Amino acid sequence: MPKLLVTAEDVQSGGSDGVLVEARGVSFAYAEGGPEVVRGASLAVGRGRLAAVVGANGSGKSTLVRLLAGLLKPLGGEVLFGGVPLTAIEPRVRARRVAYVPQTISTVFPFTALEVVLTGRSPYTTRFRFESARDVDVARTALAELDAAHLESRPVTELSGGERQLVALARALAQEPECLLLDEPSAALDLKHRAGLIRHLRRLRDAQGMTALIITHDLMLLDPAFDSVFAMRRGAITAAGTPAEVLREDLLAGIYGDEHVRARRAFGHTFVWSEL
Amino acid sequence: MEGARALAINQKSKIANQKSVVAGVRLRRALVLLALVLLASTLVALWVGYQRLDLLALQSDERARLIFFELRLPRVVLAGVVGASLGLVGAALQALFRNPLAEPLTLGVSGGGALGASVAIAFGMGARVGGLPVVFVAAFLGACASVVAVYRLARTGATVLPGALLLAGVVVNTVAAAGVVILQYFADYSRALQILRWMIGSLDVVGFDLVWRMLLFLVPGWLVLFALTRDLHLLAVDEETAQSLGVNVRRSERLVYVASSLVVGVTVAVGGTIGFVGLIVPHAVRLLFGEDVRVVMPCSFVLGAAFLMLADALARTSFGAGELPVGAITALAGGPVFLWLLKRQQRYAAM
Repeated sequence: MPKLLVTAEDVQSGGSDGVLVEARGVSFAYAEGGPEVVRGASLAVGRGRLAAVVGANGSGKSTLVRLLAGLLKPLGGEVLFGGVPLTAIEPRVRARRVAYVPQTISTVFPFTALEVVLTGRSPYTTRFRFESARDVDVARTALAELDAAHLESRPVTELSGGERQLVALARALAQEPECLLLDEPSAALDLKHRAGLIRHLRRLRDAQGMTALIITHDLMLLDPAFDSVFAMRRGAITAAGTPAEVLREDLLAGIYGDEHVRARRAFGHTFVWSEL
Repeated sequence: MEGARALAINQKSKIANQKSVVAGVRLRRALVLLALVLLASTLVALWVGYQRLDLLALQSDERARLIFFELRLPRVVLAGVVGASLGLVGAALQALFRNPLAEPLTLGVSGGGALGASVAIAFGMGARVGGLPVVFVAAFLGACASVVAVYRLARTGATVLPGALLLAGVVVNTVAAAGVVILQYFADYSRALQILRWMIGSLDVVGFDLVWRMLLFLVPGWLVLFALTRDLHLLAVDEETAQSLGVNVRRSERLVYVASSLVVGVTVAVGGTIGFVGLIVPHAVRLLFGEDVRVVMPCSFVLGAAFLMLADALARTSFGAGELPVGAITALAGGPVFLWLLKRQQRYAAM
């Protein structure tokens, strides 16, 4: 059956009751007949919401986000973006609306940071056009917003892991998307840039209604910065709610399979740690 | 002392500032510069030879005119066409595999093409060496088969292992070379001689017929590769990111395989395996004009043409009346560059 491709205008209006990103019982296995990494996971993120996915290593978080980004096609279930099946949105149209940041960038060529960030503008230019001066401005602004303007002309192959992560994030911001899907964006960032990233995401949410879904192991960042938290265990969403609702000792012990988990609220934050 | 250093750094940043951050501007400037280089190389290549070009004789002497228009000019054009093809394919393969050591020879594409062409010749389908499209098609199929084999061997899941890629290329080349030797052994004397003569690799050509026939195959391959420069640029940065930016990764990969195999197959069928052009040329371009693949590919095309014209001119003239195979010249120039790159790459890419 031929697939109907949806244009940007069609998608613009979509979205029932403000839900932007939605997974409905999606399943996925990397090898045919192999173990299912994601099994019947469902979640919905409202427009202009900051959401986090938490869970143990290997629980299927990255795969779920790849499914939401349209990089993988679910074996079962369905991913919707703005109420429209993601598979029906043309990839370049999708790229103007959803930006995805993987855990690492693999390049071995010494592209400058600005060159990498500029690739985020490619969904807006035609095949044979180069970026305009305005695109360069957008890319520079994206770097500056992440406090990384000084990296502009440095080769990415010479950057540290955290600096590379900032460049990858700036590339996603240069895409000017409605929704950011970030796979452990803060893993390699220092204290300042980690908080800076969350502050910037909140700014984007409040100023532009940006939606973001972030995989993180940084449970300290969630409350009060995030609107909702989804907990994953063995390929399924097992808990969802506000950070205060999910960050409970009994729930966390189940999510991570660790009875040493402690959670305490103080100074308006929820602190989570595992007893040594 | 400090002042001198500060001055040097200042000087350096000034030079860096002259490089425009807008890739389109950089490409335009680079192409103007390289067009001049190409023009100069063409004139040099036309000028030198067993007999120096004599403009006066060209006007009056029928024989001199014949030599120039039927031998020298077609040969220089052929060198340019083959060099441009190899430069372009080298740049494309490096971007696709995110591997600065990739090129038609190291990936086994040339070897596969050579085996394909040998099969055609051994079975008598290349009465005039490289003259018949059958040889082109056979070389194309051989190149296709080897690129698919190498890629399948090197790819594990979502990543292509750079070391495995080159090892697989080496093995495919070795097996293909063994195939060529066996074919030669069993082929009758005249065909074996044909294979041998062709294997040494030469851009010897009479008239423009062969060049036109080649272009019929090459131009579509070139166009496909040029149409994919943006996708290849995004792929060179990161495959997953490229996909999220709307690149149809599988389709682009397949198109690059087919187009590269076609282009390399045809050049191998005509000139034999001429190695390392696709390695040296894109690297020179990168050092001069930066990493942007959309700049590197067209520039490698032009510089590749200039490079092989000069290499062939050197091959024609270095031994007086005799002639070196041009592949020997490019290998002598390219081998050390490959080793230097290998050494440099070990710093940031684990094999």
